[in-house]
Amino acid sequence: MAVFSGETLLCIRGERTVFADLDFRLESGGALVLVGPNGSGKSSLLRVMAGLLRAADGALSWDGEPVADDPEGHAGRLHYVGHLDAVKPVMSVFENLVFWARLRGGTAGAEDRVAQALATLGIGHLLDVPGRYLSAGQKRRVNLARVLAAPAPLWLLDEPTTALDRDAIQAIEATIAHHRQGGGMVVISTHADMDLPAADVLDLARFTRRPRSVFQGQEDEDMDDEDPDDADMPAREAG
Amino acid sequence: MFHRFANPNRFLRLTRPLVPWAAGLTIVLIGAGLYLGLFASPADYQQGETVRIMYVHVPSAWMAMFCYSGMAIAAAIGMIWKHPLADLTAKASAPVGAAFCFLALFTGSLWGKPMWGTYWVWDARLTSMLVLFFLYLGYMALINAFDDPERGIRAASILVLVGAINVPIIKFSVDWWNTLHQPASVVKMGGPSIDPSMLWPLLLMALGFTTYYIWVILVRIHTEILDSKIRAIRMRQVQG
Amino acid sequence: MAGLLLILKRDLSLAMRQGVDSMMVVMFFVLACVLFPFGVGPEPNILARIAAGVIWVAALLASMLSMERLFQTDYEDGSLELLTLSSLPLELVVMAKVAAHWLTTGLPLIIATPLLAILMNLDPQGFWILILALALGTPTLSLVGAVGAALILGSRRGGVLLSLLILPLYIPVLIFGVSAVDAAVGGYPVQAQLLVLGGIFLGALPLCPWAGGAALRQALE
Repeated sequence: MAVFSGETLLCIRGERTVFADLDFRLESGGALVLVGPNGSGKSSLLRVMAGLLRAADGALSWDGEPVADDPEGHAGRLHYVGHLDAVKPVMSVFENLVFWARLRGGTAGAEDRVAQALATLGIGHLLDVPGRYLSAGQKRRVNLARVLAAPAPLWLLDEPTTALDRDAIQAIEATIAHHRQGGGMVVISTHADMDLPAADVLDLARFTRRPRSVFQGQEDEDMDDEDPDDADMPAREAG
Repeated sequence: MFHRFANPNRFLRLTRPLVPWAAGLTIVLIGAGLYLGLFASPADYQQGETVRIMYVHVPSAWMAMFCYSGMAIAAAIGMIWKHPLADLTAKASAPVGAAFCFLALFTGSLWGKPMWGTYWVWDARLTSMLVLFFLYLGYMALINAFDDPERGIRAASILVLVGAINVPIIKFSVDWWNTLHQPASVVKMGGPSIDPSMLWPLLLMALGFTTYYIWVILVRIHTEILDSKIRAIRMRQVQG
Repeated sequence: MAGLLLILKRDLSLAMRQGVDSMMVVMFFVLACVLFPFGVGPEPNILARIAAGVIWVAALLASMLSMERLFQTDYEDGSLELLTLSSLPLELVVMAKVAAHWLTTGLPLIIATPLLAILMNLDPQGFWILILALALGTPTLSLVGAVGAALILGSRRGGVLLSLLILPLYIPVLIFGVSAVDAAVGGYPVQAQLLVLGGIFLGALPLCPWAGGAALRQALE
């Protein structure tokens, strides 16, 4: 049974503290739903979890092992779905997906895995359509099919339901449920209400901080004489 | 010690008193150096009065190279230990180094007119200095090319390290290239047999340029720190 | 290694389908060279004297112009994020993309060179050395350019900025590349220049992917 967790994570983006002191814990079969207003750091947290963004403080661990020790190994056990769908307009859906399936899951049986993933998401008929003809919703589903085409225990999905209709959302709910039954984990940020049984909810609004310069730190004991406005900063939470 | 949240207020408090000292030393050293160089030292038996350009030219060239090495070291520290003050030192040094580089090129070309009969000769040292000037310009262009100031600093740090590895290769290839296309009458400057009456003003000027560098980058780092505080206040306004 | 080949194959097939890009680089290369006779006059002696330098400078500029797109499209459509999460070291990803860039631009430039050598009246003695020097030098241009291409991701005015960053770094390759041809034309040994070009390439081979990987990582943060 695998455990993915993070302790005292601190994220700074463009000199702004997005969240601080954030802890989470996720076990095999679990799901974590990230909620919070715009700018509360849902996407940033997913990028931190994926290793695309380095947390300014705190650490991620997988089964107790620090993720920072083996970033490539960590990348190998996760799938990340961001706001961009990575579909090449001049390649067919099949070619697009086979590349990722081979890169992530090995060449053996990659074609079958792709065909199966497309069928699962109900877009089997798009197999040989070039990427440039796809609608936004179809591109999104192709990107999700990429996740299905190569097995990985951890899925990090950043608003996967944008541009999708009700049927497609139900198909995704079913695949997520199937993934969790098989011992997989999901971290998902979403605006739409998705049906994820027994999911933990992490409200990022609890971890936001008022903006401060990166040069004003917690242990800044000399701050009072220079900058009285900042004296109460470390304890304050916004919202 | 090298923590992400280096204490800038402590840095400000420790270094603010240094600013007037650095400024005073700069004025005294450059003043003395200029007096000795322009009035008290003898003219060169070969080059005449124009040799006095050396007292500005040579220290500028030294400082241009010194600033670039300093930037590379600061960038490496900033990348490895994530120390924001190191990043700021690199950022603050660039325009100063570029100015020294320009001064070296400008005085070099003025010196070239009486020596070579033309303002510009593709002499190996001048050419290397010109390439170094371009490296400075590229660094400054990159650091200002992003909306997020941190992003610019990180990209520019990588560039300055790549450049630092390249500088010896560029120097070597320019020297090679120059020996192939040697201009007719290059006067070899300096050499070990320089007279003490010329060495003293040279050293004073070099020291004065160094204290000037310290003075200016301290002021620039202080400005950057205040600027970062202003940005934080602005963002607080946005967030309410 | 298998991953490297996969990325290389994908980039090559993408380049083939957008074949005009590759052709445009070659056309730029030819056009830039053809401008020189108009600038300096058509005397065969003058052209022969400057041929190697002109061809090298044009190759340098052509290679740099095509560099901007190296990571740009993958950055814009999100593929670059997924490539960094492919459990393949980022240095190898850079290496694969550089190899694809060289095969789709460096190699066509070398193939177009004989035509330019004739147009520029290059001494036949220097011809094979020019090809050899370009073969040794253009991979270095692609490697160094990749670092610049990674650094400018997400910046304003990417293209002009890129030239400012990497053209000064191209100077050593230019010096030794031209000097090899000049030496061959003058009947001198060229071994030293070619060895230095090869040495620069071998030095750039590990260093540039490493720096490019670091640049990509910070671009995606």
